[in-house]
Amino acid sequence: MYALRELGKYTTLLYQALRSSTEFSTYRKNLFNELVKVGYDSFGIIMLTGLFTGSVMTIQTAYQLELAFIPLSTIGAIVSESIIIELAAVISSLVLAGKVGARIATELGTMKVSEQIDALESMGFNSVSFLVVPRVMAGLLMFPVLYVVACIFGIGGGLAAGILTGVVPSSDFLHGAQMYFAPWNVLFGFVKSFVFGFLITSVACYKGYYASGGAEGVGKSTTQATVLGCIFVLLADFLLATLLL
Amino acid sequence: MIEIKNLKKSFGDLLVWDDVTFNIDDGETVAIIGRSGCGKSVLMKHINALLYPDSGEVLIDGENIHEQDYVKLRKLRHRFGVLFQGSALFDSINTYENVAFPLRYFTSQTEKEIERNVEEALEMVGLVEAKDKQTSELSGGMRKRVGLARATILKPHYMMYDEPTSGLDPETADEINKLIIRMSDALNITSIVITHDMHSVLEVADNVAFLDQAKLSWHGSVHDMKNSKHRELINFVTASQYQI
Repeated sequence: MYALRELGKYTTLLYQALRSSTEFSTYRKNLFNELVKVGYDSFGIIMLTGLFTGSVMTIQTAYQLELAFIPLSTIGAIVSESIIIELAAVISSLVLAGKVGARIATELGTMKVSEQIDALESMGFNSVSFLVVPRVMAGLLMFPVLYVVACIFGIGGGLAAGILTGVVPSSDFLHGAQMYFAPWNVLFGFVKSFVFGFLITSVACYKGYYASGGAEGVGKSTTQATVLGCIFVLLADFLLATLLL
Repeated sequence: MIEIKNLKKSFGDLLVWDDVTFNIDDGETVAIIGRSGCGKSVLMKHINALLYPDSGEVLIDGENIHEQDYVKLRKLRHRFGVLFQGSALFDSINTYENVAFPLRYFTSQTEKEIERNVEEALEMVGLVEAKDKQTSELSGGMRKRVGLARATILKPHYMMYDEPTSGLDPETADEINKLIIRMSDALNITSIVITHDMHSVLEVADNVAFLDQAKLSWHGSVHDMKNSKHRELINFVTASQYQI
């Protein structure tokens, strides 16, 4: 019953956000700020995540294929395809559930318990349009950009690790990556990052917007936003793989 | 004019109040008093429809605020200014931007006009020198005054104050009371003051509404309150350190 009530409130908030998305003048300035906070401010952590994911994957794939009589170019194919189809979108989204989701839930939660959201409504503002719409929109627009960054740095990291550790020469790695490259997989990665961006930001907005109970309540909302964001990413990943592959 | 008719509200099994009925005339300052947790702030949030009642109605200049669609409700809310208990200043922007905030979104004023209006509002609350300060740098009293400047910048018809003097030292509380009177006189505002500070009530209010035991227990002028024989009201008032 509790879960159904929560789902109802979440859906209502999304419906209000959708209806409010036409009030561009209300959220224009906030949208720009959010694009910077969600996107630009996350480049560093996503580059780092991509770099190490690719590097570790190259080393571990090489280790697993050590005794098999399989061409070294296979390492490049496995690493690049895994990053494009799965790891760049999922791992970067799990990291962003912590970074972006937690920030949004804390910001909105603090505004809620300190009556700043009530103050906005009292002035005649549409608080959903002002606070929720730009954050969800920034998630929808910037997660695919961050996915591209994660792909580039993931494959680059895998290539660099192969060269530096000597497990796979660059020519073999790149040959493998090119041979098995499928544009559909990139599109699939984009779809995933778009969906994950929506889920993480909308759940965080919901948890923050309905926070209650002072500092403890904000802490609880932030934790729930992060945990639920991660769970929804994993569930959506499974569903999308089942539906689209 | 604000007409509150047969208002009833409960949260789950907890009845906040039942059948609250009274009017607030134009230009009047009414103090809503009662013990902590008796639903004073809840009543305030019903007046500008931040909360909705289980039954009953609140008429703002003849219009039932709880029956308006969201677009019309937002227009009706423009008639109100609200000073929240914790001031509710936006902590991501400075004092100047907090006060300028409603002007930027609800008027087509030029930057020069906004600057002039903000300075005028800050001057009224005696805080021109603090215009560049961040919210975190302001004291409790300063926050209340900035909140007051922001709430009145659009020249509202109605002003609602939620515990305007709570948490302030007596001197600052007195300054806030004087500001409320000055605002009401200068802008001809109808004011609703939620408080349990009897000193504040005696200083700023024309009329008093006393909430007790989940109902409007007493309503009348400050003068009548002083001579009232209503036992709960007398107990509440005499429990205060200010004798009347």
